[in-house]
Amino acid sequence: MDVSQTGNGAHIGKSVVIKGELSGSEDLYVDGNVDGKIELRNHSLTIGPNGNVKADISAKSVVIQGKLDGSINASERVELRKSALVTGDVTTQRIAIEEGAFLKGKVDVLIEASKAAAPGS
Amino acid sequence: MASISDNLMRFFKSSSNQTAGPAIPQKLSRRSSGMGEISRLLNSQEGLCILDMGSTSANNIRYFTGKGHKNYSEDLLRSSLDPGLRIQDGSGSLAIDSKKFLEENLVYPNAHFDVVLCWNLPDYMEESLVKPTIDRLWSVMKPGGFLLAFFHTRDAGPDSTCYRYHVTDSDMLDMQEVKFAMPGRPGSERQSPRLQRVFNNRHIENLFRDFVSIKFFLARDSMREVLVVR
Repeated sequence: MDVSQTGNGAHIGKSVVIKGELSGSEDLYVDGNVDGKIELRNHSLTIGPNGNVKADISAKSVVIQGKLDGSINASERVELRKSALVTGDVTTQRIAIEEGAFLKGKVDVLIEASKAAAPGS
Repeated sequence: MASISDNLMRFFKSSSNQTAGPAIPQKLSRRSSGMGEISRLLNSQEGLCILDMGSTSANNIRYFTGKGHKNYSEDLLRSSLDPGLRIQDGSGSLAIDSKKFLEENLVYPNAHFDVVLCWNLPDYMEESLVKPTIDRLWSVMKPGGFLLAFFHTRDAGPDSTCYRYHVTDSDMLDMQEVKFAMPGRPGSERQSPRLQRVFNNRHIENLFRDFVSIKFFLARDSMREVLVVR
């Protein structure tokens, strides 16, 4: 579930423009413009339908509905909704892509540590 | 004995029942000899670099990465519709800037890919982009790398549906109609791209003349599959 639906976390509205590095220890919803870098480590990032982000992203899970120009490094999962326009490499454990989403880049799906350790899995 | 009116009522009831339910999308698939050969390669080697040039498919990404290969996605047909690529040529009519197109797309190091899945891209792409795209693919493919492309035969007709292809663990491909917003149309209006032309065998051979070998597979569904080795 993305941040907009839970109502938790920080919210960057569609008229907001940020240039620089964003880091935090709560979930983040971006519906505005961000140019720089986003680091959330153990939290989720959602780029809303009006979001236009030019940044390399590092988070636990990432949901994209808008535009992203930059790489995604998600320790858990990445979800590209049908309106997503992503140009950049994706590294994650799980990826879900809705029909109509656009992705240009390399995708690395990492094997979960628990699966890799389990014999015969 | 039922009257004629009873029978008529039953007939109309059953007709309306048949049409009232939601349409169940038919799952389409096709056998692909070319994909069969690629699958054997994917199953016998690890860590191959694969470029999928169809519409973004989560299924294909999962399949390739699950086998330990590196997956690159690039929906070149959709990228070619970018209005920013339109320029006025010498005669004043609109044309696509193929130089700018290649500055923004297919930007990879030389000899990078082991497998390129072109699918039906050449048949639906603007003509002026086809040859430059194939030339760029030659550069970014490793010597000995494989390229798979599908070409319609003349029997297919101009309204032939544009499909995206989802790989399976065999030589069967699942097919899904491609639809996206076209330039100059509202975003909500999604259309299927139109077949631009039909290449004959000589055109196809010319297109891939810099490659080492080319193998044709004639399919039943008015398609020719081409497996090319760089």
